[in-house]
Amino acid sequence: MTDIERHAYDVVVIGAGGAGLRAAIEARSQGLRTAVICKSLFGKAHTVMAEGGIAASMGNANANDNWQVHFRDTMRGGKFLNHWRMAELHAKEAPERVWELELWGALFDRTKEGKISQRNFGGHEYPRLAHVGDRTGLELIRTLQQRIVALQQADFAEYGDYEAKLKVFAECTITELLREGPDGGIAGAFGYWRESGRFVVFDAPAVILATGGIGKSFKVTSNSWEYTGDGHALALRSGSTLINMEFVQFHPTGMVWPPSVKGILVTESVRGDGGVLRNSEGKRFMFNYVPDVFRAQYAQTEEEGDRWYEDPEHNHRPPELLPRDEVARAINSEVKAGRGSPHGGVFLDVSTRLPADEIKRRLPSMHHQFKELADVDITAEPMEVGPTCHYVMGGVEVDPDTEQAARVPGLYAAGEVAGGMHGSNRLGGNSLSDLLVFGRRAGAAASEYVSAMSDSRPAASQSDIDAAAARALVPFEHEGGENPYTLHQELQQTMNDLVGIIRRADEVRDALKRLEDLKERAGRVSVEGHRQFNPGWHLALDLRNMLLVSECVARAALEREESRGGHTRDDFPQMSPEWRKVNLVCSTDGNEVRVERKPLPVMPPELLGLFDRAELRKYLTEEEVAVLGAEVEETH
Amino acid sequence: MAYDAQFRVWRGDDTAGDLHDFTVQVNEGEVVLDVIHRLQATQAPDLAVRWNCKAGKCGSCSAEINGRPRLLCMTRMSTFTEAETVTVTPLRAFPVIRDLVTDVSFNYTKAREIPSFAPPPGMKPGEPRMAQVDVERSQEFRKCIECFLCQNTCHVVRDHEENKTAFAGPRYFIRLAELDMHPLDQLDRKNAAQEQYGLGFCNITKCCTEVCPEHIKITDNAIIPMKERVVDNRYDPLVWLGRKITRRGAD
Repeated sequence: MTDIERHAYDVVVIGAGGAGLRAAIEARSQGLRTAVICKSLFGKAHTVMAEGGIAASMGNANANDNWQVHFRDTMRGGKFLNHWRMAELHAKEAPERVWELELWGALFDRTKEGKISQRNFGGHEYPRLAHVGDRTGLELIRTLQQRIVALQQADFAEYGDYEAKLKVFAECTITELLREGPDGGIAGAFGYWRESGRFVVFDAPAVILATGGIGKSFKVTSNSWEYTGDGHALALRSGSTLINMEFVQFHPTGMVWPPSVKGILVTESVRGDGGVLRNSEGKRFMFNYVPDVFRAQYAQTEEEGDRWYEDPEHNHRPPELLPRDEVARAINSEVKAGRGSPHGGVFLDVSTRLPADEIKRRLPSMHHQFKELADVDITAEPMEVGPTCHYVMGGVEVDPDTEQAARVPGLYAAGEVAGGMHGSNRLGGNSLSDLLVFGRRAGAAASEYVSAMSDSRPAASQSDIDAAAARALVPFEHEGGENPYTLHQELQQTMNDLVGIIRRADEVRDALKRLEDLKERAGRVSVEGHRQFNPGWHLALDLRNMLLVSECVARAALEREESRGGHTRDDFPQMSPEWRKVNLVCSTDGNEVRVERKPLPVMPPELLGLFDRAELRKYLTEEEVAVLGAEVEETH
Repeated sequence: MAYDAQFRVWRGDDTAGDLHDFTVQVNEGEVVLDVIHRLQATQAPDLAVRWNCKAGKCGSCSAEINGRPRLLCMTRMSTFTEAETVTVTPLRAFPVIRDLVTDVSFNYTKAREIPSFAPPPGMKPGEPRMAQVDVERSQEFRKCIECFLCQNTCHVVRDHEENKTAFAGPRYFIRLAELDMHPLDQLDRKNAAQEQYGLGFCNITKCCTEVCPEHIKITDNAIIPMKERVVDNRYDPLVWLGRKITRRGAD
């Protein structure tokens, strides 16, 4: 174990999606030597799958929009469980982050005045999503990727080396974080090259997790293979904590047929641009599913909903544009009631709502995707869609201003891997803006942390490195043990069936039992072949992360006895103002996952005052609303 | 309905390799990548293949199917007869790492050689105003998912390793066109397109356009217009004269 490849950096970013690249750009711009490590090739991150757009209150499509309105929509979407400070920073800084992309070469669709066009989306009061057709994520990744190349070219001009200050380590997987002793600061990260299977150690006093989500633990998902909860698990194992893990977003519209593409995303833009949901009886069923908290903001009739597209000032939006959790549950109920489509979804129709050319122009990827994968022409016939696991609201517990992870100095987290920003449910479009706002903040804070450090940096111990290497090789030691592919399929089935969109205590307990069994079997997993680009081995190592994170989801889901956002309990169908005050915090001692209750940070009165009292009463306890009353009277 | 298909998959590394025969189940609606995954799960757990999104959006799962460059995730099994043997081999223009995985670093090297986007100096965030019609030309090229199928199929480098240093390939010709047509970009890369990136090697056989999974009209909308612009720039006598005069004036 003596001759492991080693690299020393100031800041190491794990993950090369929107958050990771934005963080790396920031750290390098602050003058720090920065490494980006990603499991795939550079530019392939899951962010490319984002379709609809980036939410930012630039006010280009409706001048009434501003950060306060965006903040309000975000809190409503998250059912007031969001960390208010993250939602505030996000709403305030998103426009700057979008405008900056333009100066790096991004080409968004335009308004008639030549400004960045903004489209309607679920839960957003005004058209707010900057977009490029329905491939906005690809534009974001490509722009950041090209910005990184531009910085490397500048370094080449100055130092004669493209990688003098910023290097991308592609197809490299991190399996452990390294600390200086159990309570010390971050010292680096341990991983392996996928191509050769050789180990590599990064020595660095700051690590930014930007690894995305956990969707690959579920059978029906829109997520790619990379989404195995690596960052979540790395944070936990290094001693940090996760919050809100019970909240998993099921996107209402995934493809349902053919079986091999089940779960692939159908963008919310289809509904934002006029698409409607119908059941097998041809009825626009969403009108029956508007919950009380949203009653005042949504149309009561189809006529009003249709008028809204042309005249949003005088009409309410159609309920197809409710936040995702509401629409996903409604589709689930329709299918259960026997009013589903032939392949177990519902119908999403844009063909009768827009001319064919307009559909092709606004939704080119969707047109292409359905044509090529399902033989469906969306300009002529409806799509069949159903819920698919899409996003985890839960993640690393961070300081809202710096993204510093709880309990581990030098560890940061940004993007989907961080928790708090979206509360119990994320609005569409708020993810890409989240990546940019908090990616930049994490990069800046990590740079500040490293710059303030003395010359002696935390060092990883050789025994920790040896232990990490030994753990990674365990699957080669067994022969004839468990098949990692089989275990993965069983895990996905378990999470899908028992900790999915609708949950019950007995089912979640059953899931925990099965997870325990899977964990035990995963200890006996064996892989064939050698270490060079061996997907069986890679999966065996990822499995450990998926099992740990799945246990967090299940334990937190069992603990929270209410229904809110991405957590629906059949046995506790109501939203409880008392539970709203509680965050569930997961930690591990290496063997077991512990769940503790922690009070949610209290929103200051000036932000509370952005809502009217009648609305607040739907979410908050009387005492909480009373605080606002006293404040307002005092200021008058 | 489900049936057993005959697959031949190339397995090996940079030293040697050959085609391996498999009989494997295929279900309704599946794509070639589903079948490769089934092989991994049941018969060849260490079969190396790159993939990510499985929705034709990331451009990772590029390979050759019956000799044609394709995305594994966008090639439906229904395009073959049940009796047909499906042969899957790695991209030919790039060195093999293992099985279906190739070393595509050539492309990242070329990407780094092309001077980046250069907006007007001093332009402030939020300032740009561009018409939709003006951004659409470059937007077509920004649809590129970097699957590198065009690079792989281009005969200038497919069997001519020696051309690689002087030739950036179709993916980077659309990048050059994208920047040249970008309403904000201030840099002229036309001469470089010809002299450094090998635009002149292309004799517009349109093979790149044919394999592009995003249906970008690489030849018609990027390469030919760029060739025309290069010609305008280099051989138009008035432009030539103007350049002489301004250069002299600058001296």
